Parts: sequence; structure tokens; C-alpha cells
Amino acid sequence: MPHSYTPGLTVTEQAMVRRRRMLSLPGNVLVTTGDVVRANQAVARAELPGKVYPLNLANQLGVAPDEIHEYLIKKAGDPVQKDEILAENKPLIKWLKTEVRSPITGVVESLSTVTGQVLLREPPRVLELLAYVDGRIVEVIPQQGVVVETNCSLVQGIFGIGGETWGEIVIAVTSPDEALTPRHLTADMKGKVVVGGSFISSDALARAKEVGVAGLVIGGIHDKDLRTLLGYDLGVAITGTEQVGFTLILTEGFGAIPMAEKTFALLSAHAGQPASISGATQIRAGVIRPEIIIPKGVADGHGAAIAPQREGIRIGDQVRIIRDPLFGKIGEVASLPSDLQKIPTESEVRVLEVRFGDGSRTMIPRTNIELIEGS
Amino acid sequence: MATQAPAKTAHPLNVIVATDCGSTTTKAILIEKVGDEYRQTYRGEAPTTVEAPFEDVTRGVLNAIAEIEELSGRKILDGDKIITPCRDAKTGVDIYISTSSAGGGLQMMVTGVVQNMTGESAQRAALGAGAIVIDVLASNDGRLPHEKIERIRTMRPDMILMSGGTDGGAVTHVVEMAEYISAAEPRPRFGATYKLPLIYAGNKDAQPQVKKILGEKAALVLTDNIRPVLERENLAPARNKIHDLFLEHVMQQAPGYKKLIEMAGAPIMPTPAAVGVIMETIAKREHLNLIGVDIGGATTDVFSVFEGLFNRTVSANLGMSYSISNVLAEAGLANIMRWVPFTIEEQTLRNRIKNKMIRPTTIPQTLDELQIEHAIAREALRLALIHHKSLATALKGIQQERTISDVFEQQQSGKTLIDMLKLDLIVGSGGILSHAPRRVQSMLMMVDAYEPLGVTRLSVDSIFMMPHLGVLSTIDEKAATDVFVRDCMVYLGTCVAPIGQGKDGDRCADYVITFADGRIDKGVLAFGDLRLVPLAGDQKASIAIQPVKQVNLGAGAGVSITREVQGGVVGLLLDGRGRPLQLPTDHTARVASLKKWYSAVGLYPTAS
Repeated sequence: MPHSYTPGLTVTEQAMVRRRRMLSLPGNVLVTTGDVVRANQAVARAELPGKVYPLNLANQLGVAPDEIHEYLIKKAGDPVQKDEILAENKPLIKWLKTEVRSPITGVVESLSTVTGQVLLREPPRVLELLAYVDGRIVEVIPQQGVVVETNCSLVQGIFGIGGETWGEIVIAVTSPDEALTPRHLTADMKGKVVVGGSFISSDALARAKEVGVAGLVIGGIHDKDLRTLLGYDLGVAITGTEQVGFTLILTEGFGAIPMAEKTFALLSAHAGQPASISGATQIRAGVIRPEIIIPKGVADGHGAAIAPQREGIRIGDQVRIIRDPLFGKIGEVASLPSDLQKIPTESEVRVLEVRFGDGSRTMIPRTNIELIEGS
Repeated sequence: MATQAPAKTAHPLNVIVATDCGSTTTKAILIEKVGDEYRQTYRGEAPTTVEAPFEDVTRGVLNAIAEIEELSGRKILDGDKIITPCRDAKTGVDIYISTSSAGGGLQMMVTGVVQNMTGESAQRAALGAGAIVIDVLASNDGRLPHEKIERIRTMRPDMILMSGGTDGGAVTHVVEMAEYISAAEPRPRFGATYKLPLIYAGNKDAQPQVKKILGEKAALVLTDNIRPVLERENLAPARNKIHDLFLEHVMQQAPGYKKLIEMAGAPIMPTPAAVGVIMETIAKREHLNLIGVDIGGATTDVFSVFEGLFNRTVSANLGMSYSISNVLAEAGLANIMRWVPFTIEEQTLRNRIKNKMIRPTTIPQTLDELQIEHAIAREALRLALIHHKSLATALKGIQQERTISDVFEQQQSGKTLIDMLKLDLIVGSGGILSHAPRRVQSMLMMVDAYEPLGVTRLSVDSIFMMPHLGVLSTIDEKAATDVFVRDCMVYLGTCVAPIGQGKDGDRCADYVITFADGRIDKGVLAFGDLRLVPLAGDQKASIAIQPVKQVNLGAGAGVSITREVQGGVVGLLLDGRGRPLQLPTDHTARVASLKKWYSAVGLYPTAS
């Protein structure tokens, strides 16, 4: 039987986090190792080559591809303005004249005498890469990016949508099992990271958009409300580029599920502080989970220890049950029987015993729990 | 297959360790020669470590092998090294081999001139080599030139395969496509600094121009045209180049693969290519028409061999964990619900499916949850076969010689090769089929999804070892065959399914089963009946069926057939539910039918 390696979600008051910030194409790095950076500061810049527009001159002029050179006004490498003439024929009768004008402003990139095609390219677009978290640059990868390190509190969610953003943490509910409703969302929450409890309904999502919150951190959501929010049914959990007006992070899953007390307590303790959040989720081996990073000021040393990767589960560990019928319940590991056990589906699997707050115990397949990691 | 020379070992291969580095887990098996035959003896499993924080695929390999060490008591590892060859009866292995689909497998973009001609040929070449095709660009694909360029720019394939034009034909369109690719400056998925491998397998007359346009911008490889003439496909040279470049370029960039290649005693194969080898081998050896399926967490691969023609497709977003939510999106809720034998609220079901997507390693803990997963699997299998049928076709766009009688048939070129009546064997693989608590569950999932017609045998891969055996077969055919026959293939039994419809309870067919011991079982199969007749794996029986006049068993409506059928761990399944299979539309009636069928074959514990 396989070992159980169920990855846990980290919820910790103290972490040293490194984030690799990479340009999608080579460019210039704007900072040096040791620099202190702010979340919204550009750390690298690249020029994304402009869009390419092919234009078949031979077809438009009604000539053979290998003849187009005779009709060109512009040559490869020439700058060109929108509507400027690229090529024209010289007929004997003037009103039979054909002019081919440029549909864009840019440069003539190339000409082909095989296809009769000219390729025009728009001017490059500047891409700025931001630091994302307040911290210190600990590594520069020339032309590609940097590694930012920050001393912070860290909460990982299970699923999110929307990209990176920043804002002050606001706790909108009084307990982790309270649902976030429209009345909790007030105008002063604009640009902030709003923490709710167990659930957010579709009307509260609409209200959040109206208020203009930067982010929402919630225990759970109904799939149908997510579908309404996105406008489509999400098929594969690869997210981070959605634009719904805010970044949404679920800490528990789909349905109405109270936020883990530890998560709620940690976020509550940092109410009023700025946080960097990202909804980007990618669920494959080596998952990317959404995160809430609450910086605590710049690290004083270099190469501070990164928490070692945990392996395996131990008695006493806090775990969350992640499959029905007890989905969302939190307890601690009471025992780890080594023998395989038959479960109601008749599968024989490795199990562990979970003890809940009220003292009750139950056996759960090891693959159906996740560790709540972090001290 | 790959052009690399198979591994040559100076010593006999008595102990073999093989791994498959999947997207989630790395599965290792130990194969040992016991007496005169090879047997699979132990297996180990560990999470794949191709991505952060490990970023070294060999960690997962060593962990999986370490589990085998623990279980078998054989010392295989010496630190980070695999001990080869065997030093004594309990130390080392003779060879280590592997397949890989980790890191998303081999992702390719293909181009052609005419979408359903060279575009499809290029797609078949890439799929057959084990790739996932992320887009097919063609001159006539309906996209404007700048849209094509933008698409190439935004995608980050591992490799591009260009095709187009017959040898000696016009070069313009294929050169135009080369210009688009050049303008887009495509970048590879892994490694910012290396050139994207690009195979040109189009009109050979355009090779000089393509070389001029793309020679500097990509790692260009020229090979034979995949469609030298309209009437013939020549996929092997392009497939071989894909395999070579996969090893030389793509794998060299993926984390830890350089080490993995050094560790292995034979070329690493893409997992689906290895499974394809096995499927092709079975079909050829037993002269069968077969459909094979490997349903994974992220993707479902379908293989078919009909009249010796091999095809493979991959449905990249149909799977049982990462892609489970996409099965719901593509199939629709009603199609999934039709297989669930109880009532469940839509919201609850949708939330459960999404929760599986975000926690893909969880397993069903209750019977209800298991039944829901099996319902979803039926739809994933069904959709993947529809996809396969659309691509496993005869060549399109070719001229056909017609006699006067053909005029009345109006057969089009490009007809699917998949003929369910001529299908002899269905082979299932992948977690949900290989690890179903009862084998009859695997059998019925495949029967419901594929709706086999007439007489069809079914089997499953016992513990998912087809990839390992696929790569093994390239170096030691006997070892692969031994293990395949004895430890891998589990014959489930045979399904007999008449074609036709009728009212529930009406007579569908009369049957007489004559067992090897002379025993005779006579009966009437009624419409709406599902009946399981015990027939062990090593037993054969003869079945004579006389269908009613509107019902067909392959020989024509109302024509009787007599066939020898093979048993299996499940037995002989007589399926009177009609073909095409139509479930009652009324919810209560449908649930009642499902309960009746499930109970009739002992599908789940409560029904047994």
C-alpha cells in the first residue's frame, strides 16, 4: 500500500516565505540582492513583442508573390503608421490603381516572395513584474527575475480564483461558522481583504463586487454560485487569471463549511494589517494553493531557514476530514493502525483514528484527511 | 517506436525493476524470473516529485523503489543509485526501466494545411507517439492569420509538428504556416533558454524554404512527409522523431530527467506510447479487434486496433480527479445522474464533485460516494470513446472508386474505423477500473459506457502495470508477455448484447448455454433483463442465441448465432437492456431499473 502523503495546508503565525518572481520572457531586473521592496514595486521589466499582422500583398495587388518587391513603398525594417501606404501598383489608367495601406502602426517585420505576405508588428508592450510581497531580494536571476523573502504569517487556502492583490485585513463576521451576508459588506471595505466565516452566498458575492473589495477569504461556497460568478463551469482547477472584480480564497472547500478555528483566529489577530493575497490554484503534483501573506517587517538576515517539508502524520496532529460523510470536520489523530481495514465501499485501505472535540472517535481512510500544518 | 537501439545487457535479465512516473504518483513494480517464467512480485508507490519543492523526478522513483525494498527484502538501492546487475539472490536488479507522463506529459501543437486531411494526420502521428495535442492549426481552420499567430504565441508546447501538402504539390500554404510560426516566436514550456523542437513532416519540396524560415528560430528536424500522397499516411518517421526529440530535448529540460535517463537501462518512453505498444501487441498476437482505455486522474487515453490499424487518442480533460469537474461540465449533470441509483440534490452533487477536484487524492468512503464516482466514470469513458471514434477514421478527402451499387450507399470518406460489432475485446486500465472493489463494477462501467454489440470479451489491468510492460516489451518480449498474461490481464468475462429495442419484459432472445462439463442452461432473455451466468476464467462455453425477429446479434435481424465464449472473474453477462441503451426518462422508473440491474449482477454490497 502507498504511504499517505496527503499534503497539508499551512496556517502559521511565523514563516519565512520566499517567492520566485519570474518574467515570462527575458528582460531587465530592476533591483539588486539585499534591496528592500514593497509589494506594489516593480522588480523587473520586459518588453513583450507587439502583435503580428500578416497581410497578403500579392493577393491584394493581384500579382505573383515573387513580384511584390516591385510594388513596395515600405521595406522590411521600416516603421509604418496606420493607414500609410505599404505597396501600390502603377497602372496606366489612374482609377485602376490599388493601394495597400497598413492596418496598424508599427514596423514592417518581413516580406516573403514565396507567399507574397508581409508581416507587420505592433510596437512592444512593457510588462512590469511586481514584488507581490513586502520583503527583501535574496536572489537575482539575471534577465529573468528575483526571489523575494519575507518574514510573515501565512495562511494557505484550498482553492481560489483571481490573481495577486493587496489590502488591509478586515474581519466581517464574529465567528468562523457565521456566513458572510450582504449586510456584512460595507462601503468602507473597498480595497480591503475581507474575511468571512463558513459561507458566502451569491447575493453577498454581488455585494462584494459592488463595494469593490480587493479579496474575500471564506470557508466555502456553492459550486453553482462559483459558476454564476465566473460565467462558466470550471472544469480543471488551474486558476489565477480570472477577473471577477476581486480575488476569492476558500479555506475549506465547496459547500457551507465553518472556517477552521485556527485560521480564523490567526486572521483575526492580524485585522487592520496589510496582506498580500493570491487566488492562483493549480492542483497537480507540486500544487499551487492560494495564499494570504501577512508581512511582519523585513527579515534581518540572509537565507533564513525555510520550514522543512513535513513527511507523514503523527499522533496528536490536527487534521481536517476532506471527504464525505464527515467533510470539513476537524479533529486530532488518535491512532495510526498499520493494518489495512475494509471500509463500507469494500475497499481495503490504510486508515487512521480521529478524535473530535467532543471526545468521539472515528476511523477515516488516510487519504481522506489533510494535516493542518504550521505551529 | 523510438529509433533508439533497445538496451543491450551483457547479463541475463532475471530481476527487473520498472517505474511509471505519473502526474501524481510514481508506481514501481518488481519482476522476477521464477523458474522458467517471469512474474510481477512486488509493487511500490510514492508521490511524483517533478515539481516544487523537490523538482527532481528521481526522488519519487527512489521512494517508490524503497517501498519495494521494504516489502521484498531485496536490496536495490545503494544511496541514490540502483544496484545493477544483481550481485546475489537478494541484492540488486538486472535492469531498471521507466515510462513517464509526469509534468503534464508531452504537450504538442501540430499544424497542417487542410484541417481534416494533413491536420488530422499530424494529430494522429502526435497522439500515436504518446503526446497530448494542445491545438491543431491549419490553413483552413477558420482563424484569421493574426489569430493563428497569437495562438502560437500564447501556447507553450514542448514540441511542434508541422505537416502539409503532398510531395510535389504546392508549397505556398505550408511556407505560410512556417512564416506564422516564425513570427510568433514560440517558446517551450520548460527551460527559457533552449530552442523549441520542431519537426517538419510536410511536402518535401518546401523543406529548403522551411529551413530558411525556421532553421534559426527552432531546433528544426526534417523528416519524411506524413502524407506523401493523399491516399496514404506515413506516420512512423514523424513518430520516431517525436520520440527522439522527447528524449533529447524535452526530457532533458524536465526536472531530474537527465539523472533518470542515466539511471535507466533503456530509453524512457512516454506512458501512453508504452501502453500503446502493449495494446498493439495483444491485438496482433491474438488477431483481435480491440479497444483499450486508460482512465487516469487528469486524462483518458483510448487505444484501438481494428483490422490491424492502430489509433490512439487522449482526452486531455476527462479524468477522475483533477479533471472530474470537467466530466461534469462536458457530460452535463443529467447524464451523470442517470447512472446514480438514488436521489441526490444537484447542489450537493456539484459541491461533492468540486471537492474531489480540489482534493484529488481522496477516495470514496461510503457506498453512495462510490456509486457517484462510478457514474462519473461511465460518462468519462463514454465521452472519450466518442472523441476517439471521431479521430480513428479512414483517411479523409481521398477519391474512392465506386461501383454502381456504392452510389446507393453514399458512403463518405473518413468513416470511423471503430465497429462495435467487430470488436472482440475491451481492455480497461487506470485507477477506477483497476481498483474497483468488485470486478463486476469495472465490467458494468465499461459495458454501460461503451455499449458493446453482439459478443464482446472484457478485461482489466490488475494493478496498472501496462506502461511498465510496454517499455519492457521493447527489451525483452518474453518477460513482458509472461507477466502480461499471468499477472496483468484479468479477464472479466464476456458480454452478450443484442441490438434492438423492446418493451420491458418482452422476449428479446432465447439462449442455450452448453458448458464444458456438458451442463446445459436454457433460458429466455427478456428486454430490460441483465443476467450474470457464472463462468470461470479458465472455462469456455458455447452459447446459441435465437433473437426475436427485430433483434440482431450481428448476423442480421432474427438470425441466430452460436459462439464459443470465454469466462472470467465475473462471468458471462447477458444484456437484454437493448441497444442503443435507453434508460427510463422518469426518475422513479430509472432508479428502479438501475436498482434491479445492479442487484441482478451483485454490483454493490447492499444489492448482494
